Amino acid sequence: MSTVGAIDIDALQDHRSYLLRYAILQLRDPHLADDAVQETLVAAIESRDRFSAQSSLRTWLVGILKHKILDMLRKRAREPELVIPDGEDGNDLLDTLFNKNGHWSEAPRTWENPEQSMENAHFWEIFEQCNQRMPLNTARAFMMREFMEMSTEEICQELTISATNCWVLLHRARLALRECLDLNWFGNAR
Amino acid sequence: MLNCKQNSELLSQSLDRPVTLREKVAMRMHLMMCRGCRNFEKQLNFIHKAARELPRKL
Repeated sequence: MSTVGAIDIDALQDHRSYLLRYAILQLRDPHLADDAVQETLVAAIESRDRFSAQSSLRTWLVGILKHKILDMLRKRAREPELVIPDGEDGNDLLDTLFNKNGHWSEAPRTWENPEQSMENAHFWEIFEQCNQRMPLNTARAFMMREFMEMSTEEICQELTISATNCWVLLHRARLALRECLDLNWFGNAR
Repeated sequence: MLNCKQNSELLSQSLDRPVTLREKVAMRMHLMMCRGCRNFEKQLNFIHKAARELPRKL
């Protein structure tokens, strides 16, 4: 066991796979995610003096990782060749879910015991897959909001969009996720 | 009067910004009459909760 400053290096490695999954969810690119985690671990070792034993190591590492993820998203935004066009207008989704009078094409049915699903590992696999299926910017806005718990203002800044656009993306994300969970989990679970 | 699409927008936004009293009343009125939207509201809150739980489930 090797200890540097307040941090046990082996303990850092124990968090690696968790950090990697976290980063993949947000970046959706295993290579970029791996780079972000690598940089996080390096930064953690370099700034180990700032880690206070009162907080959990994982929470501290995730805090660093969030910054690294945002750095990478910013860098990518400046490199136009890496931008992936993915038909983001999302009107197709809204046109499918609502008719022209704005009524549900198919009204949402009751979900039985959704809380119970949270105890089921398979539910979380479906949840992750449903996230991955969303268009890139929609998923990104949603994950920033709910997963990284950023405010709308922060998301607007990161994605350089207006607050209204941000709400539109979040609305679509929730509709898409609801639809995906309904079809792939709650439809089959009964 | 809100339709279901507008109501779903407002329900979603109420997770991201403070809604006005007028908006709140409009949503309640719609929800009283619309079972589909009542289900949707519950599901939206569930998704919100689940997404915030996800970091602990990785």
